[in-house]
Amino acid sequence: MAERVVITGMGIVCPLGHDVETVWAGMLAGKSGMAKTTIFDASTFPSTFDAEVKDYDFAKYTKRPELHKHGNRGSGFAIGAAAQACRQAGIDIETDEPADGVERSRLGIYLGAGEGSVDNDVFFAALVEGWNSEKNEMDWGQWAKVAFGCMKPMHELEQEPNMPAAHIAMLTGSRGPTRSCLTACAASTQAAGEAMMTIRRGDADIMIAGGAHSMIHPLGLTGFNRLTALSTRNESPETASRPFSASRDGFILGEGAAMLIFESLSSAKKRGVEILAEIKGYGSSADAFRVTDMHEEGRGAIQAINAALADAGISYKDIDHINAHGTSTMENDSIETRAIKAVFKEEAKNIPVSSVKSMFGHLIGATGAAELITCVLAIRDNIVPPTMNLNDPDPDLDLDYVPNKARKCQVDIAMNESFGFGGQNNVVIIKRYE
Amino acid sequence: MNSARVVITGLGAITLLGLTVSDMWEGLCAGKCGIGKITAFDPVGFSCKLAGEVPGYKIQHYVPKSRRKSVKLMSRDIELAIIAANEALTGSGLVTKGIDPERVNIDPMRVAINLGAGLISCDLVELAPAVAASVTAGKFDIQKWGKDGLELVTPLWLLKYLPNMLACHVGIIHDIQGPSNTITCAEAAAHLAIGEAARIIARGASDIALAGGAEAKVNPIIMIRQCLLKRTISENENDPAAACRPFDADAGGSVFGEGAGMVVLENIENAERRGAKIYAEVAGVGASNNINPSYERLEPGGKGTQIAIEKALADAQIGPEDLDLIIPHGTGQADDDLAEATAIEAALDGAAAETPVWPTKSMLSNTGAASGALDVIVAVCAMTNGKIPAAKNCDRKADGCNLNIIKQAQEANINYALCCSYTYGGQTAAVVLGKPK
Repeated sequence: MAERVVITGMGIVCPLGHDVETVWAGMLAGKSGMAKTTIFDASTFPSTFDAEVKDYDFAKYTKRPELHKHGNRGSGFAIGAAAQACRQAGIDIETDEPADGVERSRLGIYLGAGEGSVDNDVFFAALVEGWNSEKNEMDWGQWAKVAFGCMKPMHELEQEPNMPAAHIAMLTGSRGPTRSCLTACAASTQAAGEAMMTIRRGDADIMIAGGAHSMIHPLGLTGFNRLTALSTRNESPETASRPFSASRDGFILGEGAAMLIFESLSSAKKRGVEILAEIKGYGSSADAFRVTDMHEEGRGAIQAINAALADAGISYKDIDHINAHGTSTMENDSIETRAIKAVFKEEAKNIPVSSVKSMFGHLIGATGAAELITCVLAIRDNIVPPTMNLNDPDPDLDLDYVPNKARKCQVDIAMNESFGFGGQNNVVIIKRYE
Repeated sequence: MNSARVVITGLGAITLLGLTVSDMWEGLCAGKCGIGKITAFDPVGFSCKLAGEVPGYKIQHYVPKSRRKSVKLMSRDIELAIIAANEALTGSGLVTKGIDPERVNIDPMRVAINLGAGLISCDLVELAPAVAASVTAGKFDIQKWGKDGLELVTPLWLLKYLPNMLACHVGIIHDIQGPSNTITCAEAAAHLAIGEAARIIARGASDIALAGGAEAKVNPIIMIRQCLLKRTISENENDPAAACRPFDADAGGSVFGEGAGMVVLENIENAERRGAKIYAEVAGVGASNNINPSYERLEPGGKGTQIAIEKALADAQIGPEDLDLIIPHGTGQADDDLAEATAIEAALDGAAAETPVWPTKSMLSNTGAASGALDVIVAVCAMTNGKIPAAKNCDRKADGCNLNIIKQAQEANINYALCCSYTYGGQTAAVVLGKPK
């Protein structure tokens, strides 16, 4: 019999706040994390707003800020979220002599983490200097002179997507199996699912599972704007993210980190820590359709949901709440709705489906883990968060999206859906611990 | 709990030694080294001007006609992955939609894909005109960029550079609809991806998995990053074949390159049922962390590497004395090599002095997220051919390195082989391969 896997700690840093309870209270109150972009001057971009983590200082979470000072934005968020999660789970950090009863070679890490930003000033300056407009070619010598002169080695290293995992390893002393995956917007749901599998298999007793990412930088915003994936409702950032509404026009670029402590039931019992919920099922699939679009019928999404239900050993009738991917793009929200209807049949309209991206935006690689935390809280409090800004329902989308107001209802089993560019689908099911 | 045995039934590789696995193996046996002066761009001003570049290819030859339009959305990393995947799948006897839509013999939902991918750097030449259109008084002007420059960036630009696009393009071509993951742990990525894929089959979530890694590191941004981190050689410019010297007393740094390696993994029952050629068994995998305040380097003593090897041996239920071949990460970076050698010695106990060790990066260069997959493939080749080629450029072992580096090619009956890797940032991995029984 495989080990049951439970959740014993959570931490988050996102546009709605820097700790779990603040973020949750903000969500239940329908707050918005969107505002004009302040990280750089985006005033002339097609989208001039985003969802930023504000007034955050990672140094509050570590005794050794020097060790982490080169960290990219995502690494900084990861440190805060991991420190919170470890504290809740009773895992000692930053010590050579942990007294928490956790064998370090049995403590692993699985993140869905994104790359750091290029060093913008140097990156663009080197290109300006290096490009020969007359010949229409690069003068590499000229480029190299600026680049070698100004690029900082550690800033360059910190662009690597495995860096948030590196910082968490230094923070916790983890010597267990550690992986970082990057399957676009589905990454940290994937990381959570695979982290659970790592414990079930017996490769670790505890996994720090989650995600960290920030693409709020000039090239990130450029990339998404060129894909026309972002909302351009510049005059009204707070109401721009409107999943499932007829007037939705794209997602809002967010950032942050979310970490959960997954633990084998036997380890949690032995250590006597509070169990917040059980992670019950995981399904992963690929659309194998197009890199630019989701499969029209939601083929991959349906397969991932069914795989997660089968893995959990439950029926679609058992699901009480769905945390949707719900990005607020025309395509995602339509196809996701179609997929839910295909799987949940006669029950589809009875299940409250929420998109918290209406409040904290799209945290890209980190979003799945952040949304998983809201699933745990929905179960804890028997309340589902709202989908905000849903005032003009799309007539074709007719599920119960919990419009504009949080709702009390019994939630024993919740499902989190994440779908990424290229057709990556990952679904995780959380259950009340009994 | 379901725990199927997992075997390797297909191999694919594109390297500086050629476009196929046999090009690579024959090149290695002949002691060839494909490292040379960088041609992808003019490396003037670079502290390292050498790299391992793959020979010319036409990507159109590897993409079915119906998918040719997607070629313009492919970065070089994606192209390399497609070429290696094509060889691995074709050779396995599995017929995917991409190989022949009329004769498909797989259930697409029961095939997984799990690849290691690097941090793909954008094409500076492609981006430069947009940047040049965003200049005020000789300096980059972000407001101008938002207004004018941005419009010059091709609309689907971002999709070329997302690491998961390797798996997505390959998966679309071959219609792979099962679990799909992309591991981004740099130089440890491919071993971790192969380990993950094996676990997916073991737990019954798929019958078949395409696993491996690809990375095209010969790009000015990636090369400068390695130069700035002082991981590259800065001498031996005139003798490229002697430049990369893993575990050698004269080691002066690593040489980076490009490549892709793919293996087809399969539930042994599935492979036997269809009469597939079984190359090797994935007998055990292990993973851990190095922890080092200077996280661009392996920690002295390489404890994370030691733990990964110990876990892989335990997973394979064998002892160190059962190993007949070790392919270490061996980058040619002296401190890292020493730490790795120490870790291998510690993990193997007394067996380290005897077991043949064959580092490959002196000939294949350091291909980042591809390197672990290439090492697994060459270990399988050594096992299949009963032969370990000679290590190159390890003429005089570095002080403190007590490994049995193979200087002369030798016949060998290899029952178990170990491949291990680590990366800046700390992740470590080890894979034990067993001869098919």
